[in-house]
Amino acid sequence: MALLEVQNLVLRFSGLEVIRELSFTVEQGSIASLIGPNGAGKTSLFNCLTGFYRPDAGQIHFNSHSILRKKPHKITQAGMARTFQNLRLFKSMTVMENVMSGMHCRTSAGALGAVFQTPAQRREEELIRRVSEECLAFVGLLEKKNLHAGNLPYGDQRRVEWARALATKPKLLLLDEPAAGLNHDEKQELIELILHIRNELGITILLIEHDMGLVMKVSEKITVIDYGKKIAEGTADEVQNNPKVIEAYLGSEDEEDLLWA
Amino acid sequence: MAPSSDTSVVTNGMNWLQHQQNRMIVLMVLAAVAMVIPLVANNYMLEVLTNAWFYTILCLGLNIVVGYAGLLDLGYAAFFAVGAYTTGILTSEFGVNFWLTIPAAVFCSMVAGIIIGGPTLRLRSDYLAIVTLGFGEIVRIIARNLEITGGASGLIGIERPTFFGIELSQGIHFYYVFLLLAIAACFISYRLQHSRLGRAWQYVREDEDAAEAMGINRVGVKLYAYVIGAMFGGVAGSFFAVKMTAISPETFTFAQSVLILLGVVLGGMGKIPGVIVGAFALVLFPEVFRGFGSMRMLIFAIVMLIIMLYRPEGIWPRDKT
Repeated sequence: MALLEVQNLVLRFSGLEVIRELSFTVEQGSIASLIGPNGAGKTSLFNCLTGFYRPDAGQIHFNSHSILRKKPHKITQAGMARTFQNLRLFKSMTVMENVMSGMHCRTSAGALGAVFQTPAQRREEELIRRVSEECLAFVGLLEKKNLHAGNLPYGDQRRVEWARALATKPKLLLLDEPAAGLNHDEKQELIELILHIRNELGITILLIEHDMGLVMKVSEKITVIDYGKKIAEGTADEVQNNPKVIEAYLGSEDEEDLLWA
Repeated sequence: MAPSSDTSVVTNGMNWLQHQQNRMIVLMVLAAVAMVIPLVANNYMLEVLTNAWFYTILCLGLNIVVGYAGLLDLGYAAFFAVGAYTTGILTSEFGVNFWLTIPAAVFCSMVAGIIIGGPTLRLRSDYLAIVTLGFGEIVRIIARNLEITGGASGLIGIERPTFFGIELSQGIHFYYVFLLLAIAACFISYRLQHSRLGRAWQYVREDEDAAEAMGINRVGVKLYAYVIGAMFGGVAGSFFAVKMTAISPETFTFAQSVLILLGVVLGGMGKIPGVIVGAFALVLFPEVFRGFGSMRMLIFAIVMLIIMLYRPEGIWPRDKT
C-alpha cells in the first residue's frame, strides 16, 4: 500500500513552474529517493509535502488522507517528520531539549498543568524525557544530551536533527540531503542508520540526496526529476542506465555540439 | 565561552549560584529581607519599594511575551488598563466586592489578549510591534471617551478593599500585597518556563519554521504567551486601581508600555532574576537621582545607555551557550 501518494502536483512561483504535474508514490516500509540536478525542485517538493508551501494544483495523500491544505504542525502530527537541508537546530538549547521538541505534538499539558504540576503533567514530562533519551540513544548521542546543540561538531548536529525527527514518532521520515557535509566514515554510518531506522523502527523513508553512491546503496526506488518534472523512476540499475537521466546530469550530445559550434 | 578560572568575583559568584542549594539560600535571605523591610523603612521608602514590586509583576508578565515567546509588544499597558478599569468600574459603578472583580479583570484582559492576539500573531515581529502599539493607544483613547470609564478625568473614589475585616489602606498593606503578587508571578513564570509550553515558546523564538516542522502550532503557542502575559497585566491593574483609588487614561500611555518593556530589556529578557532587577532599576534610578532635580531623567537615560552599551543582553543575561 502506498503511504504517500502525490498526484499531478503543480507549484508556481509567480508564473514560474517549479513543479510540473509531478506524480509519484512511496510504499509503506520502503526507502525511496528523490534525485535530480540542482534547482530541479526537490526541496520545493519537500516543502509542499510538509505544508510549508501551498501547491497550486494536484493531490497529496498521506496514509489515505489528503494533507493538501494542512498546516505544517498538523502534518507532523499526522506522522510525517522532516530534517532540513541546512541544519535548523535550536542552537542555544541543549541536545536533550532539542529532541524533546519532537514530543510536543504527542503530548498535551498546558499552562495550568505546568503551574500546578499536576500528576498528569509530571507523568507526561517523564514520558517526554524517556522517549527523547531513547531517540538519542538510537542515533548514538545519549552521552552528549546536556551539551548545547550549537557547540557540537557538524556530524553530531545532523544526528540531533534525526533524533528530533524520530521523537515525533513519524510514519514517514523525509531527509533533505542527509549526507551533505559529512565525511566518508560519517556517510557509512548514515547508511547504516537509515537502514536501521527502517528495519527496526519500521519507518518509511524518503530522501533527497546528491551523493549518488549513498542513494544507489540504500534506495529501493528512485524517482528522478528535472525542471520539476519526473523524467525517470525505478531501481538503482534502471535509473542509472536511463538515457534521460544521463542527459539531465551530463547534458545531451546535441547541446554539446551547439556549445562547441 | 567557558567561564575563565580567574579570580573575578562576579564569575565566582555566578558559579556559586549554579548550585541549586546555594540558590535556595540566596532566595530565602532575599525573601526574608523583603518581608522585614517595612519594619525599618519610612513611608517614602515603602512607597518606592511597593512601586518596584508592582513593576516587577508587570515586567514578569511582559517577559512571558517578549522574553519567552520573543514577541515584541509595544502596547502592554493596554492589558494593565483593562484590569484597572474592570475593577474600577465594577466596584464603583456596580458595588461589586473587590475580590470578586479580580476574576472578572483576568477574564477581560484574557479576552482582550485573544481579540488582539488572534489575528495579529500570524504576523512576523516588526508588524506585530506596530499593531500592538496601535492597540495600546486604542484602549487608552476608548477609556478617555467612554462615559462609563469617566472620560478624561478617569475614575475616582475607588473603594479600598477589606481583607478579613481589615481595610487595606496603609502603605504597609499594599507593600505586602504587591510583594505576595510578585512572588506568585515569579513562581508562575518559573513553572511555565520549565514546562512543555515554556520550551515550545523557546523553540518558536529560536526558529519558527523548525518549531513548526516539529509539530508545534506556532500561532497557538504565541497566543498562549500573549494571553498569559495579558492576565498578569490585568491582575496588576486590578490591584493598582484599589491602591491608587483613582485611575485616569493618562496612566496607560505608550510611555508606560515602553517603560515596562524597558524593565524587561534592561534586566535581561527571559531571566526571572534579570527582570526583577530591571523592574527595580526602573523604579529606583529616578528616585536615587532625585537630588539632581530636573536632570534626573537625563541621568537615568545615560545610565541606561551605559548598561545597554556594556551589557547589551541586560544586567542579568540568559545563560550563554
